[in-house]
Amino acid sequence: MALLTGKNILVTGVLTDASIAFHIARLAQEEGATVVLSSYGRVHRLTERISGRLPQTAPVIQLDVTNDEDLAQLASRVREHVPTLHGVVHSIGFAPEAALGGNFLNTTWSDVATALQVSAFSLKSLTMAARPLFDGGASVVGLDFDASVAWPKYDWMGVAKAALESTSRYLARDLGPENVRVNLVAAGPIKTMAAKSIPGFNEFEPIWNERAALGWDFGDPVPAAQAAIVLLSDWLPKTTGEILHVDGGVHAIGG
Amino acid sequence: MALTQEAVLAGIKEIVEEVAGIPAASIEMNKNFTNDLDVDSLSMVEVVVAAEERFGVKIPDDQVSELATVGDAVNFIVKASA
Repeated sequence: MALLTGKNILVTGVLTDASIAFHIARLAQEEGATVVLSSYGRVHRLTERISGRLPQTAPVIQLDVTNDEDLAQLASRVREHVPTLHGVVHSIGFAPEAALGGNFLNTTWSDVATALQVSAFSLKSLTMAARPLFDGGASVVGLDFDASVAWPKYDWMGVAKAALESTSRYLARDLGPENVRVNLVAAGPIKTMAAKSIPGFNEFEPIWNERAALGWDFGDPVPAAQAAIVLLSDWLPKTTGEILHVDGGVHAIGG
Repeated sequence: MALTQEAVLAGIKEIVEEVAGIPAASIEMNKNFTNDLDVDSLSMVEVVVAAEERFGVKIPDDQVSELATVGDAVNFIVKASA
């Protein structure tokens, strides 16, 4: 039997067919799930085009995670396509230009606040908006970049990822009694649309080339997507508040 | 069979007009997407995706940054379709 047979999964953050989220949606369908995508604003049309490249074209609903009206409407918009959700994929992050790239000491609070709201608080907003659709349990999976250390140029996005990691643990605590698992996949650097917007992304390359015990392909989003699929499945039933590293082993290797 | 330059240019004009709202009449081979047409990086991704679908070609990510002008894109697609 396929890993996600009979499950309905909401996947946010599909921008291009290089997106990790695209491959999560693709693999989820291949493993038997029904997938609904969300997108927002002017990215919406791009997500619709890319949806056509999935094994089955998935519907795209409107969701800006910073918009209260969208959050309030999420459950009814999802119900137009599926009655319940068994899984939610949070693949959402944004930091204003001034919050990345070596300006750490001078970034303003308003830019930091935007990064935190879109990239970390949104895990709580999205999960709560989807909660009425959970039927006896669910798996929430977010995409992370290891925030236990400071990285070159990642700056306030790194702080936002630390907040995402903590948010995930508190959600795991509060929603565990409802059988809702909340976990993150901490992927190594992958050349997606999101990565291209990080100035100095290439400074990660020597780190991964030197320390990835298993080696690392910066152009391959599939291993991270596969990890998300396992977390969405029933095969990690007592795992929550966890960060699954899909980084070739870099987090475990000192140098 | 390779597409003709005229056919690809006509298609690109339609796509850029649809995606970025730039009148097709102002789109010419020598126009720079960023500087002349104000096509930002997100719109450029959508132009590329739409062009791939329309012309049945693959435009690899690392090539996209090389496509500075409409002519660069047209010539790439003509070549890729051959």
